[in-house]
Amino acid sequence: MMHEGHSTYTPKTGIGRWVDARMPLPRLVYNSFIAYPVPRNLNYFWAFGGILSVMLVAQILTGIVLAMHYTDDTGLAFDSVEKIMRDVNHGWLLRYLHSNGASFFFVAVYIHIFRGLYYGSYKAPRELLWILGCIIYLLMMATGFMGYVLPWGQMSFWGATVITGFFTAIPLVGDWIQQLLLGGFAVDNPTLNRFFALHYLLPFMIAGVVVLHVWALHVTGQNNPTGIEVKSKTDTVPFTPYATIKDAMGMVVFLLVYAYFVFYLPNYLGHPDNYTIANPLKTPAHIVPEWYFLPFYAILRAITFNIGPINSKLGGVLAMFGAIAVLFVVPWLDTSKVRSAVYRPWYKLFFWLFAADAILLGWLGSRPAEGSYVLMAQLATLFYFAFFLIVMPVLGLIETPRRLPNSITEAVLEKNKGSGSGHPAGATAAPETKG
Amino acid sequence: MSATDDTHDPNRRDFLYIATGMAGVVGAAAVAWPFIDQMRPDASTLALSTVEVDVSSLTPGMSLTVKWRGKPVFVRNRTPEEVKAAQDVKLEELKDPLARNANLPADATAADIDRSAGKDKENWLVMVGVCTHLGCIPLGQQGEYGGWFCPCHGSVYDTAGRIRHGPAPENMAVPVFSFISDTKIRIG
Repeated sequence: MMHEGHSTYTPKTGIGRWVDARMPLPRLVYNSFIAYPVPRNLNYFWAFGGILSVMLVAQILTGIVLAMHYTDDTGLAFDSVEKIMRDVNHGWLLRYLHSNGASFFFVAVYIHIFRGLYYGSYKAPRELLWILGCIIYLLMMATGFMGYVLPWGQMSFWGATVITGFFTAIPLVGDWIQQLLLGGFAVDNPTLNRFFALHYLLPFMIAGVVVLHVWALHVTGQNNPTGIEVKSKTDTVPFTPYATIKDAMGMVVFLLVYAYFVFYLPNYLGHPDNYTIANPLKTPAHIVPEWYFLPFYAILRAITFNIGPINSKLGGVLAMFGAIAVLFVVPWLDTSKVRSAVYRPWYKLFFWLFAADAILLGWLGSRPAEGSYVLMAQLATLFYFAFFLIVMPVLGLIETPRRLPNSITEAVLEKNKGSGSGHPAGATAAPETKG
Repeated sequence: MSATDDTHDPNRRDFLYIATGMAGVVGAAAVAWPFIDQMRPDASTLALSTVEVDVSSLTPGMSLTVKWRGKPVFVRNRTPEEVKAAQDVKLEELKDPLARNANLPADATAADIDRSAGKDKENWLVMVGVCTHLGCIPLGQQGEYGGWFCPCHGSVYDTAGRIRHGPAPENMAVPVFSFISDTKIRIG
């Protein structure tokens, strides 16, 4: 493979040579982010790794300054958030950056995950890279959930009640575990204190796993839209300037959309009930989690029936956690030898059906659990699991993939030739639009 | 000693290795436990576990809600019609056939008498007003049985607080309580 082996880093100054002989951090940076060879055909979907790193840093920075003004006490938390909004200099901006930042963090991670599913980025030898990504996603969910509790609004309180209630479904030890999480018999001050402490801790754990994720990435090298491994030097370009500039361009566009929400639609992704202070004696008429949990919420509510000895409550919780757990074994569920959906006509179809199914589940999660919504959620849940447990293993065995190019270079040249023949000169700059 | 002795005969050195390792494991567990145990409900939370309620103002058809252990407890003086409707339900129609009454043995059935405050006090229903699904607070005198309806995930309870349909697995819990006088209830 094309990394670690021979480094082209040569320090130019005396100080550079002195440091390099003692602790070669500049060499590591040079090898990882400047000379590092990336496949020459990466498209904009490969910008989301960089975008996610930027969002993590942004969330940590805004979070630390918000923590300087926030009070984690049930009697004061709601008011301290309002104080941030009204009194603290630029508090409104920092809080909107942080709350919308969480949403856009999830936007980016969902695009990143679907990119991996489409181009088969989880397949050997990238299984551990994929699993580390799943762990990051789990940590993000825990962090997002606990962060949403901190403003101590109605949705904070009741979201925390419902989600910690999942654990009571566990036979025998469920209630004990729930009391361990809550520090009491219901969501209360001890719960708020520990959620704040953990909400502060978890992003740094995410950062730690991100380091492992990037390490694993740099051992295997990046996947690419063809799914073919890099075979020769002509298949790659140096990370800087090619990937740096493309990542920067993607980042600017992404941050523009993020900024639009922060400045023009700051509460669009939130819930108005969370501007009502938490009331332990009154449940809002309609509890919904943040949008990024909605598909899993729909799966939870879809199990309204007992399955043998498993009652509907435990069944719903198992289905919901199973929907995330199944991601961890995707590398072994997909039996196809071809990575990229570009060369797998049937997988491509099912991939888009799955994407539509995930969005449908998200919409159903936002609807009340009654009437035809329940049946639709049950069917959508069935398809969700069928995609992973039936379509992925079976399709790999029966599907006839399209002819694979011999190399990335050949694929790129073929594509350029194709667009050159059908269009006048100068039209080759937009290969993406050809589907 | 020779290397062959080490690999074949358990000797004093092997014993010391294992004993030291086990002491290390026990020590690590002993240090870890306080870190886990501190998360459990603390003394001040446990101290709030008894409340007394004056129910003299509740005429039939009226309810009140008190907070006990951070959760609402519904105290309802049921109307004769509500009691009758609950008594007329056959046990086999119930999703959860157990009373879930902390004042009775765990295998007591969910007959209305065992859900209520007992003989001559059948009109009184005292229960933790928390849906047994995921902890929302059901709305009173709603749903098709005129009992409780949980707006979160659609569980329907009857006038004895028994789950009739929806995702909740159990009847709403009856806490430990007693009438300390004709008009006063102690919960917990």
